[in-house]
Amino acid sequence: MYNGQKDIVLLKGNEAIAKAAIRYGYDGFFGYPITPQSEVLETLAADKPWETTGMVVLQAESEVASINMLYGAGCTGKLAFTSSSSPGIALMQEGLSYMAACEIPGVIVSVGRGGPGLGTIQPGQADYNQSVYGGGNGDYNLIVLAPNSVQEMCDCMGRAKELTFKWRMPVIVLSDGVIGQMMEKVELPPFIPRRTEEEIGQQCPWGTNGIGLKKRAYNFHSSLEFDPAVMEDRNRKMSAKYRQIEVEEVDYELYNVDESTEYMIVAYGISSRVSMKAIDMLREEGVKIGMLRPKTLWPFPEKVINQLSKQLKGILCVEQCEGQMIKDVRLAAEGQTKVYHTGRSGGIISSPMEVYEDFKQLTQATAN
Amino acid sequence: MTKEEIISPENRIYGKPSLMNDTPMHYCPGCSHGVVHKLIAEIIEEMGIEEDTIAICPVGCAVFAYRYINVDWIEASHGRAPACASAIRRLWPNKLVFTYQGDGDMACIGTGESIHAMNRGENIAMIFINNAIYGMTGGQMAPTTLMGMKTATCPYGRQADLHGYPLHITDLAVNLEGTCYVTRQAVNTVANIRKTKKAIRQAFENSLNKRGCSVVEVVSTCASGWKMSPEQANQWMTENMFPYYPLGDLKNIQN
Repeated sequence: MYNGQKDIVLLKGNEAIAKAAIRYGYDGFFGYPITPQSEVLETLAADKPWETTGMVVLQAESEVASINMLYGAGCTGKLAFTSSSSPGIALMQEGLSYMAACEIPGVIVSVGRGGPGLGTIQPGQADYNQSVYGGGNGDYNLIVLAPNSVQEMCDCMGRAKELTFKWRMPVIVLSDGVIGQMMEKVELPPFIPRRTEEEIGQQCPWGTNGIGLKKRAYNFHSSLEFDPAVMEDRNRKMSAKYRQIEVEEVDYELYNVDESTEYMIVAYGISSRVSMKAIDMLREEGVKIGMLRPKTLWPFPEKVINQLSKQLKGILCVEQCEGQMIKDVRLAAEGQTKVYHTGRSGGIISSPMEVYEDFKQLTQATAN
Repeated sequence: MTKEEIISPENRIYGKPSLMNDTPMHYCPGCSHGVVHKLIAEIIEEMGIEEDTIAICPVGCAVFAYRYINVDWIEASHGRAPACASAIRRLWPNKLVFTYQGDGDMACIGTGESIHAMNRGENIAMIFINNAIYGMTGGQMAPTTLMGMKTATCPYGRQADLHGYPLHITDLAVNLEGTCYVTRQAVNTVANIRKTKKAIRQAFENSLNKRGCSVVEVVSTCASGWKMSPEQANQWMTENMFPYYPLGDLKNIQN
């Protein structure tokens, strides 16, 4: 397992999440079992990080409790995460709204399955709207990261830790049942010690943890405000923060895109992996096609899509749902090029051949 | 004699605790919340643990509890204070963590979180204000509303076939293995205020000493919600609430 230089191991995406969290110095995990992500809690329970790093692991009574545990943890300046899947994330929406309102850090791993309702336990990407547009009340955004490999599942836990404290808001790692369940080689990060209570006091002066209380005004976290003018002011400050995040934190990856590209696939997560294969097949036939893969779904890479749209004959949005991200792609394209959808839903994943065929049929594209 | 001379330290026999600030309280005259708040501030001050205290307030009238006592506060969403407190107590194992909840928060919307925090034996203290009515929203039926009692949502009186029965969540707490101390008190007389103070102090010590979960129910008045004067409310509570919610320790395990 240990090769003397680097910790390179073969892991499921869900296992990588758990092991990465321990190594990145997370203080706690609070979650409830649900397919297809139960390996996160199972791996943590087996690894017993409370005996090594001191990380707390608790199986909560529900997803509602889990997210409120995360809220409490974050309020005090601790770094906690939870993990769930589609119907479980639905139960967390109220808590996410509270966390956003009080500007509380916390990381939520969402391993998507087919919906709606109880849906299927097979992989899906029907939770784009749930993550990016949210089901909680009020004006708020959440940073949404979209890994497409086991390595990125691991890396996202480090990125999420950084972003959640930098911007003081919850970060969702939006994955899917394939990325969560599949096994790949992954290089684990070195162990980063958890912050001491003193370090938390310094890093999070807003934390409701009593540290230094005799020398400061007391801290509190509240989302309730009876004065509409004050509430509006709070909302506008949050909006200003969100606009700044849109400037600073957009992340995406281009695959075979240059000034000669005529067609482009936009896909994230498992759909991007399927699409790469379809793109390779199409490029062998001479079709000038590439891919833009958003690595952040919010903030969305709208400027680059807008810019590329000027040169494109069409965009194919590949998602394993009936079409959710496509609306953001269309908004970004501003009518400069046609935007098509393909993808399966209900727990079925498109094959590369289906993407290849749908692309040809929808765009009537031919090689020049 | 000037006012300053009268309140000079040697003449003072009683004062408000220093952790209690001067923010005017939003509570109605005759409400029990103010007395319980004062007791909490006194106890934290006497124990000298203000830097080791994390308090969780609920949704309901006590949603603004954080305004009055100078310790670090978190306002939880409705009913979720015990979940919030569970995580915090595990992450800060040397702190006093307590929730302050009303009957709607503890025994209705948050029943699941309350029962499970108690049953896990979380080292937290739960202060439970039971006034048998929803005060903040204007006097609707609570899970602890007495049979026959009139509220805005049971205007002809609570009846079993329409509304079900009052939930004795404190009695349920007794049977859970994770609770170490369960008591029911009131703050209607000086003697009872002293007993409540003793109970809350014990609950706080249990939290710090990792003895398990403590529940201190305070049977309380809601003069506005009951549409009574403060004096009538105290009398009505004595005559109607106490027979149904009898005062005293229900469970006390010292280990």
